[in-house]
Amino acid sequence: MKYIDEFQDPELARRLLDDIHATVTRPWALMEVCGGQTHSIIRHGIDQLLPEQVELIHGPGCPVCVTPLEVIDKALEIASRPGVIFCSFGDMLRVPGTGRDLFQVRGEGGDVRVVYSPLDALRIAQQNPDREVVFFGIGFETTAPPNAMTVHQARKLGIKNFSMLVSHVRVPPAIEAIMSSPSCRVQGFLAAGHVCSVMGVGEYPELAERFRVPIVVTGFEPLDILEGVRRAVRQLERGEHTVDNAYSRAVRPEGNPAARSMLEDVFEVTDRAWRGIGVIPDSGWRLSSKYRDHDAEHRFSVSGIQTAEPAECRSGEVLQGLLKPHECEAFGTLCTPRTPLGATMVSSEGACAAYYLYRRLDLPATKAREATPVV
Amino acid sequence: MCLAVPGRVLDIEERDGTRMANVDFGGVVKEVCLEYLPDLQVGEYAIVHVGFALQRLDEESARQTLELFAELGLLQGEFGDPWETAAAEAGVDPVEEVSNQ
Ligand code: SF4
Repeated sequence: MKYIDEFQDPELARRLLDDIHATVTRPWALMEVCGGQTHSIIRHGIDQLLPEQVELIHGPGCPVCVTPLEVIDKALEIASRPGVIFCSFGDMLRVPGTGRDLFQVRGEGGDVRVVYSPLDALRIAQQNPDREVVFFGIGFETTAPPNAMTVHQARKLGIKNFSMLVSHVRVPPAIEAIMSSPSCRVQGFLAAGHVCSVMGVGEYPELAERFRVPIVVTGFEPLDILEGVRRAVRQLERGEHTVDNAYSRAVRPEGNPAARSMLEDVFEVTDRAWRGIGVIPDSGWRLSSKYRDHDAEHRFSVSGIQTAEPAECRSGEVLQGLLKPHECEAFGTLCTPRTPLGATMVSSEGACAAYYLYRRLDLPATKAREATPVV
Repeated sequence: MCLAVPGRVLDIEERDGTRMANVDFGGVVKEVCLEYLPDLQVGEYAIVHVGFALQRLDEESARQTLELFAELGLLQGEFGDPWETAAAEAGVDPVEEVSNQ
């Protein structure tokens, strides 16, 4: 359990908490969108320092978690082909597809390589002109611009043996889907800071207005999260619903215009299935027709692959904030980081993994607060 | 991998018609593409994600964020050996795994 004295600036943390406690008069449910924020919250026990009326719901913001099973299976299929060098970020290695994962494909002789950057994969393609090099392009709006630039470079440099299996996702349609669900309890959002560093905040006012929901752009540090909560609660108490930027040191309203225009050139919006949730209209990007030559799905004709997720796994509900990880029957028994059933357990940024890692099991909120005598 | 980590630009050079830099992330140095922040200078800080600088950041915020990520063990995930991590998670001996790479 973490204590407030371990915050970077305990005095400021206490002031923010005091202010939140003084402002709240009734229950509010806020969703933090980003997996990095979820980890920071659980690690620092922020949810337990907040007034009982303020509930933090964990959102779908872990790219590894939401990559659909079907795309993982396509990756496994391509990675198993002779002559292919399959490049991926490290945290995709153990995401279970149907029956196996990329780590196992390598054990069976597949040439699977981990790269730090998509540009590393492009370099591998330059160095191996007789091989097909495929990069697994997943992630939110933060990861999409690097991947877009890499495809653009491949075309510019005429690197023909490089392609990308693209499964990018976009945050605003996910917010829309969450708010449109009849069982939705979310009343305010802490938007993901780094997504907004790229995209700016222009997509949010319409959502805030339509769903009458405050959206506060928030960073990752414990103090950032407390400040995000403070501003969201203040708006809710006043009956306001605007977009507010609490992470201005990294987020400009217009985002990064160069990155946004590259995104527009290389990708086009498409419907995308989210693992555990299902298809959300317009929630993804795929390569635009101009870049079709570099589309691995096209090059390897794997579009027919269809798959089903394990029935025990309730990660879809976890990802939508309808269920806390430890409320899943498989949590910690059938499903652990070593034997993950769902991606929310395998990814280090997933909510199930966060609960498992920090032993946040079924401690009721009040008891947890008694165990944390700090406020 | 969805994390973006702040780093400091050490030097800049043109490669394949692209502006690239060596960037220091609290001790780990990586190659980073500056095409999305073309006017970033040596000594400045930026938020870097999968090898691309995405937004400028002031030094103090950068330092605090790096400390937090280190404390959360997230830098290991970003810069550590992914095969070792995957092997450990799978309960496989990492030495054996790495040697057949
Ligand atoms: S604990 Fe495991 S099985 Fe349950 S929702 Fe999380 S990932 Fe799925």
